[in-house]
Amino acid sequence: MRDASTISLTIDSRPTMVPQGTTLLDAARSLRIAIPTLCQVPSLPAQPGCRVCLVQVAQDGAVHLRTACSTPVTEGMEVLTEAEEAVNARTFVLEMLLADHPVDCLPEERGGRCELHALAKRHHLFSGSRFARQRAPFPIDDSHPLIRMDLNRCILCRRCVRACGEIQGHHVLGIAERGDRSVVIADDGKPLGESTCVSCGECVAYCPTGALAEKGPAWNEEVGAHQAITTICPYCGCGCQLDLHVKDGQVVTVGSNFDGPANRGSLCAKGRFGFQFIHSPDRLTMPLILEGSGFREATWEEALDLVAAGLREIAARHGADAIGVAASAKATNEENYLLQKLARAVLGTNNVDHCARLCHAPTGTALLSAFGSPAGTNSFADLEEAEALLVVGSNTTEQHPIAALPMKRLVARGVPLIVIDPRRIELARLATVHLAIRPGTDLAVLNGMAHVILEEGLWDRTFVQDRTEGFEAMQETARRYPPEVAASIAGIDPELLRRAARLYATRRPASIYYTMGVTQHTSGHQTVLALANLALLTGNLGKPGAGINPLRGQNNVQGACDMGALPDALPGYQSLDDPNVRERFESVWGRPVPKRPGLALTQILGRERQGAIRGLYLVGENALLAEPDMTETEAVLRSLDLLVVQDLFLTETARLAHVVLPAASFAEKDGTFTNTERRVQRIRKAVEPPGQAMADWQIVCALSRRLGTPMMYGHPGEIMAEIARLVPIYGGISYDRLESVSLQWPCPHRDHPGTPVLYANRFPRGRGRFHPVEWLPPDEVPDSDFPFVLTTGRTLFQYHTGTMSRRSDGLHLLEPEPYIEVNPIDADRLGAREGQKVAVVTRRGQIVAKTRVEAGTPPGVIFTTFHFSEAPANRLTNPALDPVALIPEFKVCAARLEPLNG
Amino acid sequence: MSEKVLTKRFEISGYRGTIEEYLATGGYQAIPRALKEYSPESLIDLVRRSGLRGRGGAGFPTGVKWGFVPKDPTLTKYLVCNADESEPGTFKDRDLITRDPHQLLEGIILASYAIGCRTAYIYLRGEFVAGAVIMEQAIQDAAAHGFLGNNILGSGFNLKVHLHRGAGAYICGEETALLESLEGKRGLPRLKPPFPASAGLYRLPTVVNNVETLCNLPHIVLRGAEWFSSIGSPKSTGNRIFSVSGHVRRPGNYELPMDVPMRELIFQHAGGMRGDRRLKAVIPGGSSVPVLTEQHLDTRMDFESLAKAGSMAGSGGVMVMDDSTCMVRAGEIVARFYHHESCGQCTQCREGTAWLHKTLRRIEAGRGRKVDMDLLMDICDNMKGKTICPLSDAAAMPIESYLKYFGDEFEQHIVERACPFGSGGGS
Ligand SMILES: Cc1cc2nc3c(=O)[nH]c(=O)nc-3n(C[C@H](O)[C@H](O)[C@H](O)COP(=O)(O)O)c2cc1C
Ligand code: SF4
Ligand code: SF4
Ligand code: SF4
Ligand code: FES
Repeated sequence: MRDASTISLTIDSRPTMVPQGTTLLDAARSLRIAIPTLCQVPSLPAQPGCRVCLVQVAQDGAVHLRTACSTPVTEGMEVLTEAEEAVNARTFVLEMLLADHPVDCLPEERGGRCELHALAKRHHLFSGSRFARQRAPFPIDDSHPLIRMDLNRCILCRRCVRACGEIQGHHVLGIAERGDRSVVIADDGKPLGESTCVSCGECVAYCPTGALAEKGPAWNEEVGAHQAITTICPYCGCGCQLDLHVKDGQVVTVGSNFDGPANRGSLCAKGRFGFQFIHSPDRLTMPLILEGSGFREATWEEALDLVAAGLREIAARHGADAIGVAASAKATNEENYLLQKLARAVLGTNNVDHCARLCHAPTGTALLSAFGSPAGTNSFADLEEAEALLVVGSNTTEQHPIAALPMKRLVARGVPLIVIDPRRIELARLATVHLAIRPGTDLAVLNGMAHVILEEGLWDRTFVQDRTEGFEAMQETARRYPPEVAASIAGIDPELLRRAARLYATRRPASIYYTMGVTQHTSGHQTVLALANLALLTGNLGKPGAGINPLRGQNNVQGACDMGALPDALPGYQSLDDPNVRERFESVWGRPVPKRPGLALTQILGRERQGAIRGLYLVGENALLAEPDMTETEAVLRSLDLLVVQDLFLTETARLAHVVLPAASFAEKDGTFTNTERRVQRIRKAVEPPGQAMADWQIVCALSRRLGTPMMYGHPGEIMAEIARLVPIYGGISYDRLESVSLQWPCPHRDHPGTPVLYANRFPRGRGRFHPVEWLPPDEVPDSDFPFVLTTGRTLFQYHTGTMSRRSDGLHLLEPEPYIEVNPIDADRLGAREGQKVAVVTRRGQIVAKTRVEAGTPPGVIFTTFHFSEAPANRLTNPALDPVALIPEFKVCAARLEPLNG
Repeated sequence: MSEKVLTKRFEISGYRGTIEEYLATGGYQAIPRALKEYSPESLIDLVRRSGLRGRGGAGFPTGVKWGFVPKDPTLTKYLVCNADESEPGTFKDRDLITRDPHQLLEGIILASYAIGCRTAYIYLRGEFVAGAVIMEQAIQDAAAHGFLGNNILGSGFNLKVHLHRGAGAYICGEETALLESLEGKRGLPRLKPPFPASAGLYRLPTVVNNVETLCNLPHIVLRGAEWFSSIGSPKSTGNRIFSVSGHVRRPGNYELPMDVPMRELIFQHAGGMRGDRRLKAVIPGGSSVPVLTEQHLDTRMDFESLAKAGSMAGSGGVMVMDDSTCMVRAGEIVARFYHHESCGQCTQCREGTAWLHKTLRRIEAGRGRKVDMDLLMDICDNMKGKTICPLSDAAAMPIESYLKYFGDEFEQHIVERACPFGSGGGS
């Protein structure tokens, strides 16, 4: 049986049927017939320039040569891929290309990684070409710290140009001149290192000849010499799949993996070039024990015995609730699960939390109240279906570069983009409407948008009626935020606010993306509720291209939350209060589950409750630099009876510990990470950990034995099996399934395909709930002593407190030192020049760094990052907490600038 | 003597092509006529029946092309007048633009009406500086007289015309490269299909027509399809303007019926060979087409007859060479042009044009090798029918024909290690 959309044809005399619209190339591939290609980029429409895929096509009596990559199949075609005429045409193309291509990358020399030479070999063109070289040699462009550009190898296939422009949306590479004078250039002909290149390396991934290649020896090595292990990027929450190339037990390079469901082969600079920390000489290789004023190396036995004894003693003296466990958004799901199990079932306390407290706690609390489930609703893939996009408090192109790719594709398609952000970030420059608000006024603006949508009748009555509750109360509050009022709070034009509201409400589906600019405020919880209100009001939930989507900071924030590394919920967000739930956990764990909710990380490390916690087991978190108000954090950490830090490096925090345990990195263990799309993906062991370092899950197991309640697992897969038994949203997830697919939770049973889009028919809590939310100013506002608003964040090339990224040469070269962004007007007024040292002072302390004069930062606002321990931004930040989510207000505090000499 | 149509006004003494002069000589009468008597559909049918074929090079039937444009009234459609005239040996559009710009505008208005276009573009060759000034003025004047703008002559039909100047690339005369360029991108030919009629400018339905093609329209509307198709041969109807250049006594543009015999064109209208030298070669349709020789002089200049003789009518540029011409040198010059103009997308064309040029230069300079003739043939063979656009073919076909008719001359260069004509190359 066939329908009209199926085409039948023969390829090399083999009959086949393929869907209409299939190219000859793909049809041949489905028969495992490999037609040569050079310019083809599978994810983009064909621009068939290389002409090497020519095949012979006979149809209705006529015979033609056609490029297989660009020719759609039609009924009755007879295709001969190796017809003499086609092979001759191809050979001629190769001969022409070889004329100008250096022979030093002939297969023997280059392990066949040069696609041109691989094809030359296939077409028996070993001795090169009848044609002599005609181009003058190009000097090698070595100006970029990570990428070498050797145009002598270039065959002008334009894959790099398309990867840079059409896939990554950077448009740095282009072709200058025409004909045989064509040449690949960066910007208007600048050396690559001086161009606007953002070092994502997409061009390197696509270049077939090594004309653009990562620096270092990797390109020259034989294909067979590398083992490629498919795993997940250890940096942000996008969850990009990548291949670690391993040789002699070392990761030598990172390769694109085009099957990656979240990223389809694309990576950012961190993912592609940020791997050297794995083999850093700074890695911890032995447990360390504090003795006198310094550390000494110790055996695992000794160190773990000491930790177990210390914890037991604290429990005996002060009770189990005097112990805290900090799990980690950098650890796997399995490890987070074990860490909370250690706290609850072994130590007997709910004092377990992790760094989501510092980034997305309000996402959890607010989305749970609004919908009944604390996660983003949609996927990167379905974002392409959006007709409008609202991005709030997210510098996506730097913080989540791969999530920004579908956004930029939307913009290229003409879909309106609304950006709410104080700074004129890259997305703001692409936006239809940019609301450059005063920091900390997001909530007022979102209420103002709700006001416009209500007033102008742009809301979705059916959706509100059928699927929501609490509309009246929300409406009541929104009434108090007419555009003029909201706009004056935010310092923007009310007309722009109206436009933003209309665009968001009238183009459907419309999607919301947000991140720490929304959450890291004392009003973080309320602001996420305000976003949920907008989505509910416009019915933008439960369908592709819509939804409300937090972008998670760390690779496994979502997973660490899912696994119950939270003081007030059991794994899978199951209630601590529900006796049935507790009973289920108790029956599997064989231990009672404590009832009383525990303390949040910010409470554990805050001054207010100092003394409540006597012992802290801190895994994979540089708390000293990451928590607000470093002076306070340091005082609390120093006052502990026992501080155990488990990490890859002797971080600033680890230096304060009594015992330091060396952990394995992501490249050295198996497990799963859950990305910001709720996508559970396998990470795989590629190399051995250094020295005696062990995976976190193994350390936790070893510790639990010493604490008298052994947890025993042979492999993380066994831990996942236990998770699947206890956590309904992970019920259908298992390692054998994850071998071939990724699964987005909820995935309740083994036959369930996962859930790319949440809430198609109902919300977990029944109806979606509106919340009336009132704007309150930030905890600390500028005054005459501290006239600036200081806001903090990350940059493209560095990550968090820099423990990994600063130990990756590549990234370090791209952003080596701290800086303070100041608007040109303010810089002028204060007499601060570009590059001049400047002190930033707040009520809590001061740091010194170089000035970066940046017009995108609004007047009255200064920006810095928290990557650099020599200028730790969190010495400055305000520890005031959101009352519900307990997240500190990293995004706003009052500061003063003092230019220094030199 | 046949009647001139397109260039009739050129003969009025002092005629400068102003709107007043154009109106005074019967201009802009086709517009009210068409708006009143023809629906867009019936206008397309009129043009189809006239047999008018494109004068830009490919000779595609104009009415048929228009018929491919979707009728969906909600779709924006564009008309683009191809005024990029860059084919070596062709200079007819330049005259039509500078000497009678309103005739072209009237054609543009008629074509726009027929296909439902509200915004039309003229893509003018960048070097035509004078033409740009004249055309801008003409557009303003036509608008002032109500032939452009909203509600033209009270009919409810609206049209805006924009002039866009190219930046000096031959490839931007190829219609899809032209559209890319008009969109502000690099002028790289697009993959076809889709053809512009379904996905052209900004991926919307677009008709691209040559200047001369459009100039015929007012006359067809006023005098009818039967009149037009009675001129020329059954499949090549109407007059065309032949741009005659080279070793003739009176080079210039000659408007004649499509099927005028080559001998009549060269020896009667263009005044015959300069210095009564012997005719050696004729390129009958612009530099892109195969060369013909004395033996073809009785061939008629219509599409079919020239095709039968092994060449093409192309853009109507007729280049005549006498027996003092070195055909290797002629080939070298043609090859140099295409080498310079290839856009560089397709390997065969990018590299092949360079190698043709280089090899011909070598032969002309007396450094050719025996194998070079085979090499040339092989390059040409591999450049034909294998690329995105026909520029590659256009570069290969002439060289192939030079080798075919003048192979001895090539051999002589190689054997004697010098150019027997003493020109010695140098390009
Ligand atoms: C390389 C190349 C150059 C061309 N240059 C021109 C040109 O300068 N002017 C022109 O009218 N058509 C040119 N054409 C033909 C156009 O692609 C197109 O066929 C023509 O504009 C259609 O108009 P017509 O149907 O009225 O002839 C060129 C084609 C090619 C392949
Ligand atoms: S640099 Fe590489 S990818 Fe770019 S055009 Fe040249 S060969 Fe192709
Ligand atoms: S976007 Fe995030 S996950 Fe992807 S490569 Fe970059 S840092 Fe890694
Ligand atoms: S044939 Fe030549 S001019 Fe035409 S698209 Fe290909 S490279 Fe460009
Ligand atoms: S792969 Fe098809 S033309 Fe290059």
